[in-house]
Amino acid sequence: MKIICVNCPMGCPMEVQVSGQEISVSGNACSRGAAYAKTECVNPVRMVATTVKLKNAAIAALPVKTAKPVPKGKIFDCVKALKGVEVCAPISIGDIIVPNCAGTGVDIVATKNVGFAG
Amino acid sequence: MRDVDVAIIGGGPAGLAAALGAKKAGADKVLVIERDRELGGILNQCIHNGFGLHTFKEELTGPEYSARFIKEVLSGDIETSLGTMVLELGSDRVLKAVSASGIQEIRAKAVVLSMGCRERPRGALNIPGSRPSGIMTAGTAQKFVNIDGLMPGREAVILGSGDIGLIMARRLALEGAHVAAVAELMPHSSGLKRNIVQCLDDFGIPLMLSHTVVGIFGKDRLEGVSIAQVDSSLRPVPGTEKLFPCDTLLLSVGLIPENELSKMAGVKLSPDTGGPIVNESFETSAPGVFACGNALHVHDLVDFVSEEAQEAGENAAAYAFGEAFSGSSAEVVPGNGVRYVMPFSINPKKVKNNMTLRLRVTAEKRNAALVVKMDGEQVLKRKKMVFAPGEMETISLSGELFAKRPNISRIEVSLEDK
Ligand SMILES: Cc1cc2nc3c(=O)[nH]c(=O)nc-3n(C[C@H](O)[C@H](O)[C@H](O)COP(=O)(O)OP(=O)(O)OC[C@H]3O[C@@H](n4cnc5c(N)ncnc54)[C@H](O)[C@@H]3O)c2cc1C
Ligand code: SF4
Repeated sequence: MKIICVNCPMGCPMEVQVSGQEISVSGNACSRGAAYAKTECVNPVRMVATTVKLKNAAIAALPVKTAKPVPKGKIFDCVKALKGVEVCAPISIGDIIVPNCAGTGVDIVATKNVGFAG
Repeated sequence: MRDVDVAIIGGGPAGLAAALGAKKAGADKVLVIERDRELGGILNQCIHNGFGLHTFKEELTGPEYSARFIKEVLSGDIETSLGTMVLELGSDRVLKAVSASGIQEIRAKAVVLSMGCRERPRGALNIPGSRPSGIMTAGTAQKFVNIDGLMPGREAVILGSGDIGLIMARRLALEGAHVAAVAELMPHSSGLKRNIVQCLDDFGIPLMLSHTVVGIFGKDRLEGVSIAQVDSSLRPVPGTEKLFPCDTLLLSVGLIPENELSKMAGVKLSPDTGGPIVNESFETSAPGVFACGNALHVHDLVDFVSEEAQEAGENAAAYAFGEAFSGSSAEVVPGNGVRYVMPFSINPKKVKNNMTLRLRVTAEKRNAALVVKMDGEQVLKRKKMVFAPGEMETISLSGELFAKRPNISRIEVSLEDK
């Protein structure tokens, strides 16, 4: 599998070989590349940041994120699960907006403090 | 007319950190003037994560990062004027601001310029074709989606592969739009590798290097653009045009420091950064007027904005107390391979523990070293595997170097082979 390291502007093009339990990485100029290639190949995860509808506030959208990174394949499931979700101000950073989003075991939390504005 | 010690123009991350710096340095009346209805600046619309790794050792989203500073400012005996826009600034540091309650004049002992930057608009680009709706800067689209909760369109093309463009490609894809392509004039992207992988590759969005938009179609609403390959002198190659149907074209083609007010106050600007020429204390050519953040030079990491702005705020407070920042200085010059170096001059007597230089290189260079020379004598060499124009470089020079050379006249930074 080919993976480009994203940890620095070198952008080393790496080749990852998996045989049984062994993962070997080549093409990386430093150890950060190898570590990245291994997680990318075994279990790639991403943070998802998006918005949900917001009522009673000066802005129409509330920014939210996954409290932890979720598997890459679950990104769209998380965004879909948030369609139609609507919350009311006031909201504080860290408020849980949707628990256990799309069965990932990860909560969706607010990333902005928003005061009530009726 | 009312009097304040330090007036700060702009309440983004730079203005917030400058206010905290000024307060910490003992200024009594600190006023932050912000034209928007809330503090936080552009970070309010940057809802993705990746901010503050350097300062807080965790990856925050834009609003989370600014919330930490807003909280400190609001609990710190600092006055904020929201929904207030500064219209005029004189070299006497008298400023005129307008808000719903009318026009007010403020006289400040010191001023901090922290107005941020703006995006290069379409007019600066010269794309031929009609003028339908659906064409906007990536930042405008970012505001629509992330603050107003509105989608600019369903089928998008993005011109320019700067980070804001890449981030918006992912954002539109997440919201269910189809992003047909990101076209980049240069043979390389100025965006971070991480954004190319996580914003384009993850979503199967093609990055077309050495390509540009050569035609725009549609009457009332955009219906499509044509994209052509460019040659090594960046001219479109005839016969390579390809039509992409789309209702939205986002422009992510560069940022320019916002300095209309600076010009009014007689502040000298640099053609290399687009921002004010400042000394080691972030003071501009107008005494008592300091500059920081994206109004000074375009940053890619907000952490550095906060660091720099805090210092600018501290110095503004010192000026308000009567400290002068003029004096004989060494000029700081970009040498081979270096586009600019911040600051533009250094008074050795003003250097405390150490002096931070920030700079950008002109082109990508591998296996190279940054070399600092003081009056021709090499005092520092920093090797790295790769230097890229998209990454601001930081060099820290120890105070001792300056203490030993109180009368230096020239500091040069250049990029050399390792
Ligand atoms: C569209 C856009 C998107 C960006 N996205 C990212 C990103 O994804 N990641 C990243 O790391 N960096 C991003 N940046 C860079 C980011 O701007 C900086 O990291 C940081 O926000 C700069 O802080 P600042 O305070 O200098 O400017 P800003 O955050 O722009 O704040 C300037 C403030 O000054 C106010 N102001 C301006 N003129 C006046 C006036 N005359 N009177 C009163 N108030 C005034 C403005 O309303 C604004 O609130 C982006 C920049 C732009 C322009
Ligand atoms: S492997 Fe090391 S040198 Fe190569 S891109 Fe990754 S972090 Fe940079």
